[in-house]
Amino acid sequence: MPKLNSDQTVHIEKLLLKGARILDSAHKLDETADILIQKDTIQEISSIPSDTFKGTVLDCAGLVVAPGFCDMHVHLREPGREDKETIETGCAAAAAGGFTAVACMPNTKPPLDNRSLIEFVQERAEYLLTDVHPVAAITKGLKGEELTEMGELAEAGAVAFSDDGRPVFDSDQFRRALEYAGMFNRPIIEHSEELSLAEGGHMNEGFVSTQLGLKGIPPISEDIAVARNVLIAEYVGKPVHIAHVSTAGSVRIIREAKSRGVPVTAETCPHYLIFTDEMVKTFDPNKYKMNPPLRTEADRLALLDGLKDGTIDAIATDHAPHTIDDKDCEFDVAAFGIIGLETSIGSVLSHLVQNGKFKLPKIIELMSVNPRKILGLDPIEIKAGARANLTVFDPKAEWTVDPTQFKSKGRNTPFDGETFTGKAVAVLNKGMVYLGR
Amino acid sequence: MQLQSRHLLGLENVTRDDITLILDTAVSFKRVLERPIPKVPTLRGKTVVNLFFEPSTRTRISFELAEKRLSADSVNFSASSSSLKKGETFKDTARNIESMMIDFVVIRHSSPGAAHYLANNVKASIINAGDGAHEHPTQALLDLMTLRENRESLKGLKVVIVGDIEHSRVARSNIYGLLTMGAEVGVCGPSTLLPREVERLGATIYPHIEDAIAEADVLNILRIQLERQGKGLFPSIREYRNLFGVTRERVERAHKPLTIMHPGPMNRGVEIDSDVADSDASVILQQVTNGVAVRMAILYLLAGGKAMAEGEEHA
Ligand SMILES: [Zn+2]
Repeated sequence: MPKLNSDQTVHIEKLLLKGARILDSAHKLDETADILIQKDTIQEISSIPSDTFKGTVLDCAGLVVAPGFCDMHVHLREPGREDKETIETGCAAAAAGGFTAVACMPNTKPPLDNRSLIEFVQERAEYLLTDVHPVAAITKGLKGEELTEMGELAEAGAVAFSDDGRPVFDSDQFRRALEYAGMFNRPIIEHSEELSLAEGGHMNEGFVSTQLGLKGIPPISEDIAVARNVLIAEYVGKPVHIAHVSTAGSVRIIREAKSRGVPVTAETCPHYLIFTDEMVKTFDPNKYKMNPPLRTEADRLALLDGLKDGTIDAIATDHAPHTIDDKDCEFDVAAFGIIGLETSIGSVLSHLVQNGKFKLPKIIELMSVNPRKILGLDPIEIKAGARANLTVFDPKAEWTVDPTQFKSKGRNTPFDGETFTGKAVAVLNKGMVYLGR
Repeated sequence: MQLQSRHLLGLENVTRDDITLILDTAVSFKRVLERPIPKVPTLRGKTVVNLFFEPSTRTRISFELAEKRLSADSVNFSASSSSLKKGETFKDTARNIESMMIDFVVIRHSSPGAAHYLANNVKASIINAGDGAHEHPTQALLDLMTLRENRESLKGLKVVIVGDIEHSRVARSNIYGLLTMGAEVGVCGPSTLLPREVERLGATIYPHIEDAIAEADVLNILRIQLERQGKGLFPSIREYRNLFGVTRERVERAHKPLTIMHPGPMNRGVEIDSDVADSDASVILQQVTNGVAVRMAILYLLAGGKAMAEGEEHA
């Protein structure tokens, strides 16, 4: 096996993760040990002296080894907008950011609404370290008119269905989608937005939009859609996953629904947990324009509570790369979306863990265990005989975000120049290891 | 004394001292305007670009006059003649300006923050001549100047802004400027045209024009954009006039002497009646004259000009 160099992906022959803190919240595991990996499999977890070991050693003292992280909401842009991102650059960004798996949204050009496109995405990722799990469209062409051939799409490897970027506006259509997708045990991931209230808006509607004179997107445009979606999910008894929750109202509605046993799960994104609409005062769309928009401090605090009590199941990034031309312009002309794959772990560790609000096992639940569970992926175990699907991170390392160094083609990040405490170090998957910079 | 900023992007963060400096300086320039040859060499050799991405004859002419009276070289770039329509981006426009070594850019644009964008991307001093529904600081300053001329003090003065507050940059800049100067501000208009949490800006809401007139010292009446009716924000021009029109009958019921302002252009017979607009209480034409003086003062001060002593005038 070649030497482990930073910023390289190599095939594993024999690799020893020496002195790692192994954390696996699903199996209540928290111990410091050495992990011996051969090709794609964990051989042994015990105390293995490195001086007599014949193979590559990665010193993991002070590092955490966790089940591979999964970002269940990314936009890889391929096919169609390869100038913004490709499956290859998106996966490189995922690896650099500490993710072994991503679920990619179908709003490509053309949209992922038929078998050949689902297969295309999987083929593109076949030899990459990152597992790419395509989410297929709910409706053909994302038009909100006819259902896609979900049976065939599920069989081809679609892990969920979504028209993300847009909601399924017609409630009857949405009901049918849930019922139909439910036959294949696939969740519907719904971008919950009541368009008649939101259309034409560029930021959260509230005091700041009043100050700035920018047309607002009222929080109720999300709340109403979330309420509709959980009501329909309850009525038909099929699972709905609420994408990128941003409002206190959504948290309240989801919490109430869960308490009654409605099959609903939810995700939020690091930016909603860290920033508020006050940031829009910079008029910088490259950093602060996304949909749903950054909300108020009350919303931010409600989201943190929702994470804490399990109302929100997962942290995803809604990684949305854009070209500089789509972002370096007037605020109301700029495209929606920011990237997140390479800042997710750093931002979460810095803003949620460093201050003592959240413990590491909870973060692993939110970023690895739960997203995989929601998408129906095999659970990861860290034990002898299991496949090595691992994320290694350093909860203490300080580093400064420099978008020019990103693997992603996108530079649209609100974290530009920020110094984080906590960093992804390496990922292991499919018999490969990538050691970050 | 000099201004604290090299740009005028809005009044939200402009101090009372700076506003006072601008208004005092404008008084000196107004005297220049009253001379037989109303021109001074103050900005000779300086170049100003008037970048108008939205049609606005009045504001543009006012700026152009101010620039000419100060002997600046000015060029106009307006949307109708611009290359922007052919797909040139705002960013490219900014870059072109940068390579033309311009000293001042006066910008009018439909996007909130457009002036901020330029300030971040070019070296020139930027004057915001209106960015979407965000701010229109020179309009608010000329309104303040006009009020100072007609009222004893801005402090404690009750100014009610009437009309479409939501989409109005004039309203926002006036609210900021008036509150900074110690005035009280009210807003009056259909609930559908009041922005969310407008009270948090420091303005009192008057649901009825009669109540506003009863309590106000000043009415600043905004132009109602007729196309808002089509968007379902109010049912008809007729009903708007019935509920919020500033008519002679309503004005006659004022308890105190009332000053009538309007930033123009007026929809006579809709938001304001002609016999109110042309009455002795109206200072609308004075606003227009003061617009030139205020804009001269801003250009002069942003160029690094200092406060002028009492009675001092430009050679
Ligand atoms: Zn979405």
